[in-house]
Amino acid sequence: MSSHSSPPADISDIVALEGVTKRFPGIIANDSINLSIRPGEVHVLLGENGAGKSTLIGMLSGLQQPDEGRILVDGKPTPITSPRHALALGIGTVFQHMMLVPTLTVAENLLLGGSWWQRPRTEELEARVAEITSSLGITVKLHAKVSELSLGEQQQVEIVRAMVRNSRLLILDESTSMLTPKGIEELGALMRRLVGQGLAIVFITHKLKEAAAFGDRISVLKLGRKVGEIPPERFRALDEQEIISEIVELMFGKQKDDPEAAERPIRTVRTEAAPLLQVADLAVAATDNAPGLSSISFDIRPGEILGIAGIDGNGQKQLAEALAGQRTATGGSVRLEGAPIEGLSVGERRQRGLRYLTDDRLGEGTVGTFPVSINFFLKQVGAAPFWRGGVEQRAEIDRRAAELVREYDVRTPSLKTPVARLSGGNIQKVLLARELAEGAKVVIFNKPTYGLDLANTMASRQRIRDTAARGLAVLLISTDLEELLSMCDRIAVIANGALVGTVANADDARTRVGRLMIGLAA
Amino acid sequence: MTGLFSEVFLSALLFGAVTAAIPLLLAGLGEQMSEKAGVLNIGIEGMMLAGAYLGFVGAFYSGSLWFGFLTGAAGGVAVALIMALLCVRIGLNQIVIGIALTLGLEGLTALLHHFQFSRSYPRLPAADATVIPLLSDIPVIGPAFFKHHLIVYLAVALVFAMSYLYRRTQLGLNLQAAGDKPAALDVAGIDVIRTRTIAVLSTGALAGLGGAYLANVGAGLFIPFITNGAGFLGIVLAMLARGRPVWVLFGALLFGVCLSLTTAMQVAGINIPTDVIQMLPFLAVMIMLVLFGRRASLPAALGIPYERGAR
Repeated sequence: MSSHSSPPADISDIVALEGVTKRFPGIIANDSINLSIRPGEVHVLLGENGAGKSTLIGMLSGLQQPDEGRILVDGKPTPITSPRHALALGIGTVFQHMMLVPTLTVAENLLLGGSWWQRPRTEELEARVAEITSSLGITVKLHAKVSELSLGEQQQVEIVRAMVRNSRLLILDESTSMLTPKGIEELGALMRRLVGQGLAIVFITHKLKEAAAFGDRISVLKLGRKVGEIPPERFRALDEQEIISEIVELMFGKQKDDPEAAERPIRTVRTEAAPLLQVADLAVAATDNAPGLSSISFDIRPGEILGIAGIDGNGQKQLAEALAGQRTATGGSVRLEGAPIEGLSVGERRQRGLRYLTDDRLGEGTVGTFPVSINFFLKQVGAAPFWRGGVEQRAEIDRRAAELVREYDVRTPSLKTPVARLSGGNIQKVLLARELAEGAKVVIFNKPTYGLDLANTMASRQRIRDTAARGLAVLLISTDLEELLSMCDRIAVIANGALVGTVANADDARTRVGRLMIGLAA
Repeated sequence: MTGLFSEVFLSALLFGAVTAAIPLLLAGLGEQMSEKAGVLNIGIEGMMLAGAYLGFVGAFYSGSLWFGFLTGAAGGVAVALIMALLCVRIGLNQIVIGIALTLGLEGLTALLHHFQFSRSYPRLPAADATVIPLLSDIPVIGPAFFKHHLIVYLAVALVFAMSYLYRRTQLGLNLQAAGDKPAALDVAGIDVIRTRTIAVLSTGALAGLGGAYLANVGAGLFIPFITNGAGFLGIVLAMLARGRPVWVLFGALLFGVCLSLTTAMQVAGINIPTDVIQMLPFLAVMIMLVLFGRRASLPAALGIPYERGAR
């Protein structure tokens, strides 16, 4: 792991991290991270969701404390104990989710944090803001309510706030995720002007193009570990294409000690068979908190596994729900065995053999306080033979539940145990048993191994392979590229609610899918 | 029926309305402060009861109404301390703790009163009125609004002081941020827990004062359950006032009129069952809620305990 160590902390570092580790129950969010942050430099932290970027920011801004390792400020080990302390040290953060009070004006937001016995110093603030904004070439509407500003404007307010507080280090957490392309360009230019004034910037993103365009130094995080760094000297020596391919290698490259690595089994898909599931031009309107879908088209044949790759939050859940009937589609057609099902209800689609395994196992998947036995039949409540005349047939339910527990190897103390008490892996087995039960033809898996330990991950994957081998059509949505590469016949990539390309799972699939995921042509 | 519209009757009605409105006003202003900071203070009824009991005891033994107001406010703060500890610091459910405090204080004050005074209900002498020269000579209005105890004028002045606090001071900004987006306040370097604690303790002081006024000036004695829902009316007022102290004042006066009407109609001998008349204030609450409840805007983080870095 020689690539993990970075040069020892330099005296020119404003802030340096040395072997910083942070654990949350069940996961290691950051695993001995070393990082050096210098004035006049945009340090890009690149990584997918769950790579540990936000936790790192939490520690730098005083919201969380590291479990191991230390943070040096100006070369001295300094525990950052609170957000107030971070501000006093000159560390200002623009969080991914806006940290402005929507009901207050911009000026009032900038004044938050003064001593409570003082009168807000509005005039002083106005002069200071005018000075900062004119040097940066931006304008800020001080007397507008924050709720009336666009997201880009709110972000500028947050940056100005950090400057008003004399920050030496500005942390921008996923700041481009909610901006328009023009807004992103403006932010990039603003960052260059800020580092020109001698500020240090930490810029967190999962978009490779932005990293290459705005950065001076790039650190790549993967599953809580720092897997590589491109220092400024090297950064300048490479052209954009070379940087990108180097990062793709770091982000999506296979690690040799990866226990999940499995050779892709050779399965033959009968290409002459008629597709079981045909989706054409499926569209879903965007909502306040979820992207829409547009022109989604694909076919899945019997025995085939089609993977959907993409950074989390690009419409995966919407796609799964639209297919299952849980979300209203605004256009397009969905055919199961040639028959249109887009007008059918959730229950009718299930009846026809379309099954959906949600990633929200305890939320919409199961009722946590109900016993394991009932959870097997949640989607058949009221139906014979488990219910007759509205009365639960306990003996029948228990008999069938016991069979499923055996067949799917659910480790539960008893059939009466509330399902929420089981481990994630066993809850997933309950869901698998329920959805793969008699009559399944097409199965949608949404992040089927998310949050599971290795043994259960392997078991779930085997179960999915077996499903396809039985001649069912499988749609496998996952943010884990390794998983898709080890299981799928073809991999489609989703970005901003649209499929941007489909790749046959051949030798170069890893690179091609990786490139599609970060917004380049395959 | 002629007595109903006489000058004397009308000014007595309005005088009673002001007297009845003051506890509601203080409770409403207090609740408003808590809610602004994001704490739903259901325990305010309990705080008023504590204030009423301790305020009465303080005034009874010292012979000073002002000392009574002080002990009343202290009583409210004592109950608020429990609320602040459990709901703000430890982050327990605000509704459950609030109800528990109210029920607990109902029992406790009744019990203490029983020990202290057995079944007698000693009275305080009538409160001295501060008569405002000139204004008090106006017919009807004068005796109704300008012949009250000094604390009444102070309470009305407090409305404007609160408006200033919310609009013009740093503490006002901090309070609003604590209720609307506590995380933003936290990253701005202000302790959310401390800000909310200040708000809850202030609520306790105001509610306690309101209770003390109710017992010492309004009734002149303490009886168990004397607040009779005044704290809950304060919660309704705070909710309908949308963060503006002046609206709390208007609302309190409106409810005050209803409460006063209850007494006045009985005195006037109007032939309606008293039970129906006593429903009036609560009927008014329901009408107000139906008319304006939908437009009530509550702070986004109301009722949600703050935990730093919660994911």
